[in-house]
Amino acid sequence: MLKVEQLDVYYGNIQALKGISLEVNEGEIVTLIGANGAGKSTLLKTLSGLIKPKAGLINYLDSSISGKPAQSIVKAGISHVPEGRRVFSNMTVVENLELGAYLRKDAKEIRKDFEKVYELFPRLYERRKQLSGTLSGGEQQMLAMGRAIMAKPKLLLLDEPSMGLAPLMVKTIFQIIEEINREGTTILLVEQNANVALSIADRGYVIETGRVVVSGPAAELQASEQIKLAYLGGI
Amino acid sequence: MEWVQQIINGISLGSIYALIALGYTMVYGIIKLINFAHGDVFMVGSFIGFYSITAWGLGFFPALLLSMVACAAFGVLIERIAYKRLRNATRIAALITAIGVSLLIEYGVIYVRGAQPEAYPDVVPNISFNLFGAQISSQSILILSVSVILMIILQLIVHKTKIGKAMRAVSHDVDAAKLMGINVDNTISATFAIGSALAGAAGVIFGVYYTKIEPLMGVIPGLKAFVAAVLGGIGIIPGAMVGGLVLGVVETVVSGLGFSLWRDAAAFIILILILIFRPSGIFGKNTREKV
Repeated sequence: MLKVEQLDVYYGNIQALKGISLEVNEGEIVTLIGANGAGKSTLLKTLSGLIKPKAGLINYLDSSISGKPAQSIVKAGISHVPEGRRVFSNMTVVENLELGAYLRKDAKEIRKDFEKVYELFPRLYERRKQLSGTLSGGEQQMLAMGRAIMAKPKLLLLDEPSMGLAPLMVKTIFQIIEEINREGTTILLVEQNANVALSIADRGYVIETGRVVVSGPAAELQASEQIKLAYLGGI
Repeated sequence: MEWVQQIINGISLGSIYALIALGYTMVYGIIKLINFAHGDVFMVGSFIGFYSITAWGLGFFPALLLSMVACAAFGVLIERIAYKRLRNATRIAALITAIGVSLLIEYGVIYVRGAQPEAYPDVVPNISFNLFGAQISSQSILILSVSVILMIILQLIVHKTKIGKAMRAVSHDVDAAKLMGINVDNTISATFAIGSALAGAAGVIFGVYYTKIEPLMGVIPGLKAFVAAVLGGIGIIPGAMVGGLVLGVVETVVSGLGFSLWRDAAAFIILILILIFRPSGIFGKNTREKV
């Protein structure tokens, strides 16, 4: 579904991604793990068109999306839930969700998707008239995800959904991620919380300073001594 | 009873400031630029109204509409030519460009038509009538109602339409807006179009109310409207409306107390006080980010 080859991305003179290659197949949950500053978020931003790559290929559903503007990538079916949620805090929950469906014109389907989002996140329904800035961190994460789902994505990019959340909320969010995946959305998940990420993922890539250092089935990565030491707290 | 009249004059003046201030605040809200050429769009709007009334014989409302449409296009043109390429430049570069654009428009207009002032034609019958002992002119009523209607339309656009929601989204978080599929360039252009249309309307209203227009007429009202925008909280739409009205009323009250020479000073004293004691303005608040 998504194939990235030899991707180079720069911030000014600093190279953030150094020849990254990876692949996401339809229906999978793929996770990218790695320390702060490894380039995980940069990769997602490049995929969603916020940053232009210097070299390399990004193929999505057999056509190149490399360097295309963000709106045509959203239109093609890739939604990105950014790090730190980035909800529009001056707008209500409903307005945020409406913006998620900004490019869609199928009013009837949009209404159905509102229901779907409220079903996935009953909390959002309770708070639908509230300004999103007044929501808790976990609720904002739900809103950011719900907003992305409103675009009806085929591929969902999630950046650090567990960041700053209480363990119980993390559990809830990850259960919902699995549910979204079961309903047919492919997921590329960036996480620092490698343990939780690998527990729901099919496959994983470990990124260090802009390069993929290890990749493989999630269970294998979770069992690997090297990764345990570096990313799973050495347990 | 004279006071009622002063307040009404103040509100009329204030609503002109408010219309101009809205453009300042909307543009600032979306690209963080103080568009110092905005007062000159107001002037251009006033002249378009003038020529469409005198040369083409249009009435008040068609002239108002024409001026708004032309100014909207003019605003977009300015944005596309001068500001768009500076989107990633430093803010001071954009600010200096705005001042340059302002001078270009002022002296461009002087070059084309000369610096002589014009007397705005009487398109609106000026009848005075008594309301609780205060003399109120039909022009004041007209200015007020046009301003209020335009502000209501603006609120509807910003809160109910897709482009309005896109504008609010872009002004809040450009990258997040892009991730929604919003075309940021078009949204910024739309903001310039709406803000400039309001300035055009203010120009025509100003002409009708104060009767004298000239190519440098945008400078002082432009600065005052900027003060109004800062007073209300720059970037906040209701703030610009309230800031404009407050400033207009304060100015007329200062004049009414016999200090008419201090009128302009009052506006800038307000600016200084607000910058010292409440830089975020009446409606501004320090936003906290939740992690």
